[in-house]
Amino acid sequence: MNFTILNPMLDVIQQVTGYIYPNEMEIHWKVLIVVYPYVTGVVAGAFILASLVKVFNVKEVQPTYRLALLTALSFLLVAPLPLLLHLGHPERSYEIFLTPNPTSAMAMFGFVYAWYLMVVLLLELWFEYRRDLVVWAEQGKAPMKWIHRVISLFSKDISSQAVAFDMKAVKVITIIGIPSAFLLHGYVGFIFGSIKANPWWSSVLMPIVFLFSAIVSGIAMVILLYMIITPLRGKSIDMKCLDRVTSYLFYAVIIDFSLEALDFIHRLYESEESIQILSELVSGKLFGSLVVIQVILGMLVPLGIMVVIKAFTLDQELRKLLYFVSVILIQIGIFTTRWNVVIGGQMFSKSFRGLNTYTMELWGLEGLVSTLGLLILPFIILFVLLKIFPPWGMENKKANGSGPPEPQVSQGPEAAAVSTAASH
Amino acid sequence: MDRRSLLKKLFFSIPLLVKGDLFSSSEEGNPKTQKTKSKYGMAVQVEKCIGCARCVEACKIENNVPKEHSYFRTWIERYIVKKDEEITVQMVDRGAKEYAVPSVEKDILRSFFVPKLCNHCSNPPCAQVCPVGATFLTEEGVVLVDDNRCIGCGYCIHACPYGARYLHPETKTADKCTFCYHRLKSNKHPVCVMVCPTQARVFGNLNSPASPLVRVKRMKNIHVLKPYLNTRPKVFYTDLDGEVR
Amino acid sequence: MTKKAVSMKNFVQKIPEQIKRLSIVFFFLAAGVLLARAYLVPTELKESGIHRSKTIQTEISRKGSYSESEVCSECHDDKDTLKRSGFHKFLACETCHGPGAKHAEDPETTPPSAPRERDYCSLCHAYDASRPTGFPQINPLVHNPLKACISCHEPHDPKPTEVPRECSACHGGISRTMAISPHIQLDCTTCHEVPKNHKTTPRAAKPSKPESREFCGKCHAEGSDVKGPPRVDMKTHGEKYLCWQCHYPHMPEAR
Repeated sequence: MNFTILNPMLDVIQQVTGYIYPNEMEIHWKVLIVVYPYVTGVVAGAFILASLVKVFNVKEVQPTYRLALLTALSFLLVAPLPLLLHLGHPERSYEIFLTPNPTSAMAMFGFVYAWYLMVVLLLELWFEYRRDLVVWAEQGKAPMKWIHRVISLFSKDISSQAVAFDMKAVKVITIIGIPSAFLLHGYVGFIFGSIKANPWWSSVLMPIVFLFSAIVSGIAMVILLYMIITPLRGKSIDMKCLDRVTSYLFYAVIIDFSLEALDFIHRLYESEESIQILSELVSGKLFGSLVVIQVILGMLVPLGIMVVIKAFTLDQELRKLLYFVSVILIQIGIFTTRWNVVIGGQMFSKSFRGLNTYTMELWGLEGLVSTLGLLILPFIILFVLLKIFPPWGMENKKANGSGPPEPQVSQGPEAAAVSTAASH
Repeated sequence: MDRRSLLKKLFFSIPLLVKGDLFSSSEEGNPKTQKTKSKYGMAVQVEKCIGCARCVEACKIENNVPKEHSYFRTWIERYIVKKDEEITVQMVDRGAKEYAVPSVEKDILRSFFVPKLCNHCSNPPCAQVCPVGATFLTEEGVVLVDDNRCIGCGYCIHACPYGARYLHPETKTADKCTFCYHRLKSNKHPVCVMVCPTQARVFGNLNSPASPLVRVKRMKNIHVLKPYLNTRPKVFYTDLDGEVR
Repeated sequence: MTKKAVSMKNFVQKIPEQIKRLSIVFFFLAAGVLLARAYLVPTELKESGIHRSKTIQTEISRKGSYSESEVCSECHDDKDTLKRSGFHKFLACETCHGPGAKHAEDPETTPPSAPRERDYCSLCHAYDASRPTGFPQINPLVHNPLKACISCHEPHDPKPTEVPRECSACHGGISRTMAISPHIQLDCTTCHEVPKNHKTTPRAAKPSKPESREFCGKCHAEGSDVKGPPRVDMKTHGEKYLCWQCHYPHMPEAR
């Protein structure tokens, strides 16, 4: 009656240090579960950026408004995929809707996601684009014409009252959307933060830290996309807009960094039982990903860059370059933050006496290839969305010189902002 | 009685009215009917365990636990506390040829075996976090997993502080010790309890004053694993060393 | 039209066209979901209670491989009687013989295993420092290495073949500890009074242990006539404590 040790397990066994509970040999939340908070984080962050325009009336940021919404949508559409792929029984995932366990944070996923997609993001996009959709449906060519017509729900009214109503609706939805975005990503933080069995995760700060990392990554993603797409369209980047958005990014990074530093200091100071194994973890397996990538490259370097930019007046081209470098570092940093939380929390044993190991495989559902695929997918979706819903649409029509002159709209403040955006 | 003392009495009886369910377990009901129902638990007497792992083997056979090395519904840990306070913990695997038997007795201050299994907590964190309610606490106090409902998300595995759960590689659902639920109805004990040569494991009905389990609880000092997490386990340890996690 | 109908009509006309269109979409979505839930989803999936009682039924009806000793003794009464009074009386039959449910159902065709190799008895009885003291352990390398255990010990009523001569036969750990200490010169019986039946019923007749400082003083006090051991002034040295509260008697001054 011998128990065979399978060869793959043997490799793992040899890399385990100290003592881990036998059932901890195999970790269950792998790279797909790192992708999910990253993706929903970008959604929440992009939406918060968009809300700056509508709720807080930050006019300079207007050029990124529609791009931010579309970015949020494309990432939101990809969000359930890593979850479905990692489940043992994805065909039963509908049970989360049918018989959710009310004490489980994870059960909220279905409802929060559905709410956010249907009531916040799609509605806001619809109201924002409705007028343009009607105009495009009128002037455009098939098949785009029919796509626009169907999506506008065959609406035809673009009178000033209707457009004013649209703008008002957008504002109301954004106001509802901000706490919804907080909920969409905050509950993910709560999923980790409420696990008392795991001291790396269990923390009151976890939902807040997740949220602010999300805001950082979302804003940085929109900046990145704006800086890449605008030159591709042959237009020049609006530096006022860029400077302003990066300011907000700067504040968000400061808050995020302060929260993470607070967590770190608090842990060291209280020095609870888990501090020993966690110190071993951070100074050993997680040193590269946490200290080097997450903290130094992902947070301190961009922070330093932005301080320099704020302190000194730099040439426009130099600023653009520095912004670009910063947002890329931030993306890598935030993805690694998620990695450190999810994977890091499984790298030590709950017996506090040993460390585990995880090597991401290349192929397979949880492999490097499928992860890259999932990360690239939102950009592909965004590309399609940009074709269907050009954020800077009016200007395309003018450039083509086709169609009848623009219908007259009364010059309300929103309309003025729209036409300013159109002129970029 | 004058008005003041009457009011005092009424005031102090308010907490009795609102005591409510704030601190009770998830399966507490009418105290009268509670007495007649069984509530299963187990006692593990660490001072008797000889680490032979007959329980581990029997459990694996009885419950079709995957034979691979890292799936256990119950397992034995060996603790070695050296004179210089260095502590070593190993898993006992009587099947593997290379398990280490401590050979240098000079340095050992104390050493013992600790059997581990699912604690069938009265306040189970696994049942709390399951998104679809696939794992639940039965009336008899046993925590079970519904194989047909579990979606294999792995949340319960992370929520268990004791490492008692694993994801079954074939059914892709969460799996764990069930106190051999299929044997309880015919009044048989779990197989780990049955095959233990030294009666280190004692199983019984916590509600029955005549069960051997209740006797252990009466005569020995009782510990549970990680009491500060308030999971209220129903596996009780006697002679549990402070170094055991 | 009545006033109420007119004002209703006005109200409906005042609702912006967008809201009307959106409401239609949402209505269809909601209706679709509700219909799907009502008609396409089986009842048991919707009701947690039903699902759980089904789960409990499934769990109860699982077939196991183990039976229990009472069932074994229905046929193997002789072995059961033999086991009842010996050291193995607390062992279940299936502890050594493995799962027996199949055999209980169909005795002729599926005999359970009967371990006869030395390796098997060693699982419990090989010396292991983590085992509680007093549990019968041997060193399998030196204890009759070529013979099967059952050639001397009846597995259903195991007794040592002869009464152990030395204390070290059962108390190996203590004996090895003492072997490297100055107390190697002492017999176990110097300090412990051993009752006659300790070797046959160890737990029922336990040896005594010294009870006072004066006992150690017999050799270690200033004025004792034993030659060799280190002397202390019994009046001042560790005055109120028993000697073994500091000095481990089997390896005093352990380094």
